[in-house]
Amino acid sequence: MNAVTQIRRNDQPIYLDYQATTPMDPRVLEAMMPYFTHKFGNAHSRSHSYGWEAEEGVEKARVQVAKLIGADEKEVIFTSGATESNNLAIKGVAEFYKDRRNHIVTTVTEHKCVLDTCRHLEQQGFEVTYLPVQQNGLVDLDVLRAAVTDKTVVVSIMAVNNEIGVIQPLAEIGKICREKGAFFHTDAAQAVGKIPLDVEAMNIDLMSISGHKIYGPKGIGALYVRRKPRVRLVPLIVGGGQERGFRSGTLPTPLCVGLGEACEIAAKEMDAESRRLTKLRDRMLKGLQSKLSDLIINGDLDHRIPGNLNISFAYVEGESLMMGIKNLSVSSGSACTSASLEPSYVLRALGVEEEMAHTSLRIGLGRFTTEHEIDTAVDELVRHVTKLREMSPLWEMAQEGIDIKSIEWAAH
Amino acid sequence: MAYSEKLIDHYENPRNIGSLDKNSEDVGTGLVGAPACGDVMKLQIKVGPDGLIEDAKFKTFGCGSAIASSSLVTEWVKGKTIDEAETIKNTDIAKHLALPPVKIHCSVLAEDAIKAAIADYRAKAAQKSE
Repeated sequence: MNAVTQIRRNDQPIYLDYQATTPMDPRVLEAMMPYFTHKFGNAHSRSHSYGWEAEEGVEKARVQVAKLIGADEKEVIFTSGATESNNLAIKGVAEFYKDRRNHIVTTVTEHKCVLDTCRHLEQQGFEVTYLPVQQNGLVDLDVLRAAVTDKTVVVSIMAVNNEIGVIQPLAEIGKICREKGAFFHTDAAQAVGKIPLDVEAMNIDLMSISGHKIYGPKGIGALYVRRKPRVRLVPLIVGGGQERGFRSGTLPTPLCVGLGEACEIAAKEMDAESRRLTKLRDRMLKGLQSKLSDLIINGDLDHRIPGNLNISFAYVEGESLMMGIKNLSVSSGSACTSASLEPSYVLRALGVEEEMAHTSLRIGLGRFTTEHEIDTAVDELVRHVTKLREMSPLWEMAQEGIDIKSIEWAAH
Repeated sequence: MAYSEKLIDHYENPRNIGSLDKNSEDVGTGLVGAPACGDVMKLQIKVGPDGLIEDAKFKTFGCGSAIASSSLVTEWVKGKTIDEAETIKNTDIAKHLALPPVKIHCSVLAEDAIKAAIADYRAKAAQKSE
């Protein structure tokens, strides 16, 4: 088991937003350092030792990434991150196979970069089916089976949702795709290194990976592209033909090395870390539930990564709560902090009503979260939720037994 | 998002939280906004025999700007006649708290709340004089 070392300074708030990004593991940084300075060569230079040394670093990293997902290293290509990987996977196959198949299946709770890629392809004339999810956030396999046709080129379903942490039934989805002859792409940015993944057992043809979600550097990711049976892609970026022609451009050696190291650490520590985080999450949930009523957990609690909680604190608006818990860095389920005042589309897709969606927080735990931080967080949340409920007219009505839904609210 | 000191002060130390007896003849209650939109304000005024607002209370479900806007207007209306209170403009609230553009609707809601409370008080007064 890894020793949890504190890496934040004492004047920094407690970081509980590990689904947004993660700090780099000091071991990852250490592995990267030589590649910024004396091992600076271009991994594609073939004529001298600088190039060979850099290439060695990159190829070792490729093996480290491949091992974590049960792939062959030749099937791993480096990209700038999961957004690029998702774009490349979906646009790449759609474009290549468009004469035979022109239909894409995805879900409504995907990350924006998948949804936007699909919208883009719709404008190009592709047909896209956006599957609903069940109340627990999981896709209904019968609905999926019915949606995939002999015209479906790719099914893109995320492994783990970034807001609610639920794990989709990947092996079952892979089986359906294989039966129907459609490729299975999964955005695994939130899953890699957190849950066991096996591209063979799960019949995954394309998998997007992110560096900065797994204690690696920002600006690097990978795309797994199956070789047997071969998946073909039209590249987004052309040029020198690096990365099997799928992604031209000189590889950022230090970043590749960092991603590789992050994957190796994750593989080694996944079991112990999962147990540790599950304990911390249970501690947090129990702490909150023992002192606060009317909490709703959004998304399935069993089929979920250990490091995520998404909670609606009924009658308390999420943004005001975040403003109060200054010592905690979390994010609001409601997107109120952005210019749009719409609540989270993921929560809405679960059937969470708008008023409840406005009261949600996403709490992300990770490698450097300590028990002490969890206890502090529980205390702060309890204090501020209680304070805000005391000033909430909705809480007052609920205590008086008035059904909030019975009131005719003016829309604005 | 960076908030002004005044806004943060009203959020952290809100003035006049609470409720007045909504059935009392000298109390006017305004309830505006909607839970689905993420803001609900309840604002109450108590008008004395001299026609001055002698007390004001609020409860707000909403973001920090909404809480601060309602806290501020309870401070402003106290000691005013209802005619004077009615002239409070959302732009004054937004300016005082230096609300960012995406939060202007909070000040609009606070103006609506005070107007609704005044209307409720007037309706009660009219009924009483009939």
